Amino acid sequence: MAKGIKKTGIPSWEELKASPGLPDADRLEEGPVAFIECVQEIPCNPCEDVCPFGAIEVGSPITNLPKLYGKKCTGCGLCVAACPGLVIFKVHKNYTDSTSLVEFPFEYHPLPKTGKTVRCVNREGKFVVEGKVVKVRNPKQFDATPLITVEVPKKYFLEVRSIERKRWC
Amino acid sequence: MKKTQVAIIGAGPAGLAAAIEIARAGGEVTLLDENHKPGGQLFKQIHKFFGSGEHRAGIRGFKIGEQLLEDTEKLGVNVLLDSPVYSIFEDFVIGYTHDGREKAIQAERIILATGASENALAFPGCTLPGVMGAGAAQTMINVHRVLPGKKIIMVGSGNVGLIVSYQLLQAGADVVALIEAAPEIGGYGVHASKIRRAGVAIYTSHTIQEVIGEDSVEGAVIVGLDEEWRPIKGTEKFIEVDTVCIAVGLSPLAELAWLAGCEFAFVPSLGGHIPKHDRNMETTIKGLYVAGDLTGIEEASSAMEEGRLAGIACAESLGLYSEEKARHLKEKVWARLDALRTGPFGERRRDAKRKLMDLMEGGADIG
Repeated sequence: MAKGIKKTGIPSWEELKASPGLPDADRLEEGPVAFIECVQEIPCNPCEDVCPFGAIEVGSPITNLPKLYGKKCTGCGLCVAACPGLVIFKVHKNYTDSTSLVEFPFEYHPLPKTGKTVRCVNREGKFVVEGKVVKVRNPKQFDATPLITVEVPKKYFLEVRSIERKRWC
Repeated sequence: MKKTQVAIIGAGPAGLAAAIEIARAGGEVTLLDENHKPGGQLFKQIHKFFGSGEHRAGIRGFKIGEQLLEDTEKLGVNVLLDSPVYSIFEDFVIGYTHDGREKAIQAERIILATGASENALAFPGCTLPGVMGAGAAQTMINVHRVLPGKKIIMVGSGNVGLIVSYQLLQAGADVVALIEAAPEIGGYGVHASKIRRAGVAIYTSHTIQEVIGEDSVEGAVIVGLDEEWRPIKGTEKFIEVDTVCIAVGLSPLAELAWLAGCEFAFVPSLGGHIPKHDRNMETTIKGLYVAGDLTGIEEASSAMEEGRLAGIACAESLGLYSEEKARHLKEKVWARLDALRTGPFGERRRDAKRKLMDLMEGGADIG
């Protein structure tokens, strides 16, 4: 089975690991941090502009892949809502001893309610595990890109990237 | 006959941007569009745009459209809607219709920003109700708020196919599959990732063999393609859908440029026959400018920049800007355009555009 963003629409682990937008293993242990899954050089840099801490650098040309400075990242999540490609996530690996938090953009209706149990999916849209919604952020500043945070068993924090949307049809 | 300093044909992103530049320079502009509302495709674009801050990146397309309309109003651009232009005659007399009547307006300069139209795809069943262009589906959901169908298959993985698939999901439809004849996805990976997370299957090296249905679409048969793009027997697959969206590229709407007598070049990577133009967006006919998808298929951000370029150059030729001032303004636009045309997706377009502009260097036959 061929892999990779051009073939499947999903970045392979090799592509993700080669991207400068991923926090290193130490930083993942330390608390919430941006996880930038941007692997193609497209002309785009709102993530760099929105970060109040200078933790993301695109520079010139604007087709550079965004580089994450894990030490400067506070895990505020502004870049998650600002990325027009919706490929920035926020992960908090050690939320509890056994669970992690994953925050992702979700531009579908309806939004889940805080406290609800939801079906979490991976990058393929396939069901991975049930998780609990711990936060839904949808301020005006995000311009209709709501962010949802789910709590999932720790072993899935690199896998869960969205939730099932309601099927209307 | 009515007269105007500059007539711009097409009130999409390129035409609006050009109008604003000329009005800002103190020129008098008449903007004609065949539609009931200005904005072209911008008001269908509900997603956040790429680019950088100076390209208004991160802003949703329709909001950029609102801003452009506000600016045209403030600057007093004369907008003629429901006014399809049918020809350009001698001495820049533009023939158009309005309210069932023939009208004409004469301009000192003309900017064509007529955009592009969707390519069609022929297969058994392609005339059944429920088979439509992806752009048509996008108009239905984002302008008219009507869902074209419930179970949809998208044909084509360029950015249009990927973005419209996403917007169909947002509108509440189910996109069952997206197929692409090429071995790789054509558009941005980020758009593909979004719809994959939402559970849409993407089949590369696949085409549509036929669409089945009595009075409307009831399903589609897709088939795998080998390396020579020939259907592989035995790989046929029936998918139950009620709608088939076609997103297999766009072609420049160049009729008026042909009628006006512009010289053309055939550039497949830009979408087909393109009126030759220089770095001022001026064609082989002096005083006739082009901008946007008509000059090669790109996207709205580049179309706006090209519109600005044509507008500034046009204003310069009318003496509204000094050569120095115009050069300064044009350089800034070119820097932004070049930024949009970098990277693996933009370079091909940039190179094709350069080649096209080089054709003008050799002292082409001027009007």
